[in-house]
Amino acid sequence: MNYTNFNIHEEFFVDMQRCIGCKACELACAECETNGQESMIHVNYVDRASTVQTTVQVCMHCDDPVCANVCPADAISKDEFGIVHTANTERCIGCSNCVMACPFGVPKKEESYDLMMKCTMCYDRTSVGKKPMCATVCPSGALFYGTKDQIQEMRPNSTPVNTFVFGQEIVNTKVNIMMPKGSTELIIF
Amino acid sequence: MAKLPVSEENIVTLFGPHKNYSPKEGYEGRDEPDQLVKTHCCFCGMQCGIQLSVKENKVVGFEPWMEFPFNEGRLCPKGVQRYLQNNHPDRLLSPLKRVEGQGFVPLDWEQAMTKTVSEIQRIQKEYGNDAFSMLSGVSLTNEKSYLVGKFARVALKTKNLDYNGRLCMVSAGAGNKKAFGLDRGSNNYSDLEYAEVIIVAGANISETFPTLTHWIWKARDRGAKLIVIDPRMIPLARTADIHLDVRPGTDSALYGAMLKYLVDHDMLDHDFIDNHTSGFQETLDAVKDNTLEWAEEITGIKKEKIEAAAKLWGKANTSFLLHARGIEHHSKGVDNVLGCINLVLATGRIGKPYCGYATITGQGNGQGGREHGHKCDQLPGNRDIENPEHRKYISEVWGINEKDLPGKGLSAYEIIEAIHRGEIKGLISICFNPLVSLPNSNYVREALEKLEFYVCIDFFLNETARHADIIFPGSLQEEEEGTTTSAEGRVIRIRQAVTPPGDARTDTSIILELAKRLGVKDKFTYDKSEDIFNELRVASKGGTADYFGITYKRIEDEMGVFWPCPEEGHPGTPRLWEDRKFKTPDGKAHFNPAPYKLPGEVTDADYPVILTTGRVVSQYLSGTQTRRIGKLVDQYPEPLLEIHPNLAKQYGIQQRELVKVSSRRGEGIFPANIVETIREDTVFIPYHWSGKKSANQLTPGTLDPISKIPEFKVCACHLEPLREIAPPSNESMAYASI
Repeated sequence: MNYTNFNIHEEFFVDMQRCIGCKACELACAECETNGQESMIHVNYVDRASTVQTTVQVCMHCDDPVCANVCPADAISKDEFGIVHTANTERCIGCSNCVMACPFGVPKKEESYDLMMKCTMCYDRTSVGKKPMCATVCPSGALFYGTKDQIQEMRPNSTPVNTFVFGQEIVNTKVNIMMPKGSTELIIF
Repeated sequence: MAKLPVSEENIVTLFGPHKNYSPKEGYEGRDEPDQLVKTHCCFCGMQCGIQLSVKENKVVGFEPWMEFPFNEGRLCPKGVQRYLQNNHPDRLLSPLKRVEGQGFVPLDWEQAMTKTVSEIQRIQKEYGNDAFSMLSGVSLTNEKSYLVGKFARVALKTKNLDYNGRLCMVSAGAGNKKAFGLDRGSNNYSDLEYAEVIIVAGANISETFPTLTHWIWKARDRGAKLIVIDPRMIPLARTADIHLDVRPGTDSALYGAMLKYLVDHDMLDHDFIDNHTSGFQETLDAVKDNTLEWAEEITGIKKEKIEAAAKLWGKANTSFLLHARGIEHHSKGVDNVLGCINLVLATGRIGKPYCGYATITGQGNGQGGREHGHKCDQLPGNRDIENPEHRKYISEVWGINEKDLPGKGLSAYEIIEAIHRGEIKGLISICFNPLVSLPNSNYVREALEKLEFYVCIDFFLNETARHADIIFPGSLQEEEEGTTTSAEGRVIRIRQAVTPPGDARTDTSIILELAKRLGVKDKFTYDKSEDIFNELRVASKGGTADYFGITYKRIEDEMGVFWPCPEEGHPGTPRLWEDRKFKTPDGKAHFNPAPYKLPGEVTDADYPVILTTGRVVSQYLSGTQTRRIGKLVDQYPEPLLEIHPNLAKQYGIQQRELVKVSSRRGEGIFPANIVETIREDTVFIPYHWSGKKSANQLTPGTLDPISKIPEFKVCACHLEPLREIAPPSNESMAYASI
C-alpha cells in the first residue's frame, strides 16, 4: 500500500445514543463500487417493542484482529494504518471462521459470492483524504470521523473508548465508541 | 369522465410504482462521471446540499457536498437514494391521454396541448373562469411557484388556485403573520448552537428532518436541555431531558399551563413585553385558569413534568423553540402555533443570538413556495390578494389591468369540496397528489370522478393522475435551473444536472406553452429560469418576503442568501427581529390568546381510540417519488398500526395481527406493531400509502378556520382485530397501492 494521503490522526467514533436508526449509513455504504449494493455497516433495533433505540455496528478494526488470526487462507490482513481489510477475493475460501470468531459479529459471508465481506473503513476514500461514506452522511453524529482532539472538543461530556473486555479477553480497536465522561473501557458481560 | 379508464392493477403494471434499484455494479459511468453537479436534495425543507453524478445526460449516483454549511455532507436515507428517479423505469416519457377501456395511451404534444386548451376554454365558457381550478405544490422551485401563480391568474384567469402547502405550513404561516406580521422561521439553525433550552413540539426531527438532529446535538454537547413534546417516544425523545407525551389534540392546554406558570413565577421579560409587544393582558386572562392540575387532566401529561418543563424554559437565558406538523395539522393549528409564540414572547428570547423560534418547514421549497403567489389568497412577496395596493403593484409588474386580476379563491381542500358539489368542473394539477395526501380519501376520489376535465403535469403517474384525461410528462427538480428557499429562509440554487428524458419537457416550458395557447404569450416572455427569478425579485420588492437584492450570482458566491434582502448591497437576514421592528401594523410583536378548545372530533363509545398520523424516515409525503425507490420501500414496506401493549391487550391484539381500523369516514386494515413507545390511548399510522393502505381513508376533513389546514393529527377510531396474522411485509406490495 503506497497511499500517502491517509491521515493517521483521524479515527472513527461511534456514539450509540445519537443513532436515530435512519439507515442513511447503510444505504450510503452499499453505494460503494466494491460492495455490490450490500452494506458493510448494520443498524438494528435493540428491542422495538420497548424502545426506538438502535445500534450501529461497523468493523472495529482490532489491533490484533481475530478474524485475520483464524483465517486458514491468510485472506485477511491489517495494514500499516491499522485498517483490517476485507478478505482478499483470490484467497478467501468462504469458510466463515472469521464470521464465527469476530467478537463484534462484523464479517458476513455473502452466500451469492461465497466470500466474506466487511468494512474496510472506506479505504478508497480514506486513503485519499476523504472521510468514510457512512460517517460522512450520518445525520445525527452517531458516526464521526476525525481526530481525537476534535471530538473531545466537540463533545466534552463523552469520552472515546477503544478497549473492550470480553471475559478474560481484552480487545483494543482502532474504532472508538463514545461513553460517559471518564470511562476507560467497556466490559461486556 | 375522470374515473379510472381500466383497472388499477392494469395501470400499476404499466406505470408503477415499481421499485427501482441501482444495478449491483452501479450505473454505467458512475465512477467516471462527466460532472458532479452541486445542487440540493429534492425532498424536505432542510434542502441539504448534495452533488449529483452525471454521465451522458443521466443521473448515475451522488457524492456528498462537504462545503454546504447547513449539512456539510450529511444526508438521510432519502437523500442518499434520491438520484434513482431520473433513470427510473416509471418515468413518463410522452404525453398520455385517457382512453376508456384501454388505459393511458401516448399522443403527441400538439394533440395533447390542443385538447387541453380546448377543454379549458369550453369549461370556462360554459361555467365561468373560476370553474377551472389549479392545484400546485411546493416541491416546485421559486421560479415555478411564481410562474404557476401568474399562470393561474393571468392565463387561466381563475381565482381557484391553491397548493399542497395547505397541508403543510399554513397554520404556522398564519400564526407567524398574526404575531410578527411576517411568515418565516425567525432564526437560522446556527442559533441552536448555544441555546440553553430547546423545545421541539410536534416535530419528529430524526425521521422527517434527520439532518437537523446534528444541530440539536451540537447544543446538547454544550449543555442544552431538550424538551420534546410528542404523543410518541420518537427517536429524538428517547434521550431528551423531558418528554411531554401529550394527548393528540390538547397541545394548546399545555402551552397555556406553561405560560401561566411563567407568569405566576415571574419568569418574564418585562422590558420586552412592555416595550415591544401588545396583547399580553388579554393573553394572560385567557390562561388564568390553566393550572398544572387542569393541564394534566386535559393533556394526560403528569403535572410534575409540565412544571419541570416550564421551569427549565422560564429560567433559561437562551433558547430555541421549534415546531412542525404535529401541532399544526389541527382544526386549531393556528392556536397551537400562537401558544408556542406566546411562550417565546413572554421570555423575550427572540431576535438575539441563540434565542430562536421557527416552524420547521416540511417540503423542499415549503418556505419559498409559500411566498410567491400560488396560495389562493396571496400574491408574490407574500402580498395579500385582497389588498388594493398589493393588487395594483403586482398588476403593474404583470402588465395587466388590476380589475382583471382574480380575487381570493378557495383553499386546496375547499377546491375538492367545490368539485364534489359540482361547482368546479376542470382541474390542472402539478406537484400534488391529493388522493393520497388529503384527508378522507374516499371523498377526494368521488370528487375526482366528477371532473369534466383533468390535466396533470408530473414525472410519474401518481395515484391522483390515474384520474386524469391528459397527462403531460414533466421534470424532476434536477432537470431545471432554479432556486428554492430552505426552512431557514436561505435562498439557494437548484442546478439542472440533466435534461428531461424521452419526450418529457420541463415543467416551465409546459406552462409557458399553455399560456401561449391561452392567448397571453406576451405576458410570459422568459428565455430561462433566471429571467423568471428576476421578475420574481421585482414582484417581491417591497413585500414582506423581499427577494429584490438576491441574484443567482450572489446565491452561488455566498452559498445562499437569507431573505428579506431588499437591495443588492444588503447582506440578507439570517436572524430576524434584531431591530425589534416587527412587521405588524403597530410594529410590535403580538401576543394572541389561544384558549384550549376541543379537537374537531373526540372519542366516544363507538370510536373510542385516538388515531394520529405522521411519517417514517424512508418515505416522503404521498410517496410519489419514494414508493418507487427500492431500498426506501424495503426499509419500511407497509404502514403499521403502532399500538401500546396495554391497549393491544384490551382487544387481544397480537404482534402483526391484522386490525381493521375504522372511523366515521372509512376503514383500512393494518398489521399491528405493539410498542411501548406510544401513549396508551392513541394509535399511529404513517400516511405515505394510497388505496386500501391509506391512513387518510380515516382522517377527517375538519379545517382550521383561519389556515384551512386539515386535522390529520386527531381522529376518533374503532379497532377490530381480525384474528389473522399479516403476511410478511414484503408480500403486501403496499408501495404499489392496489
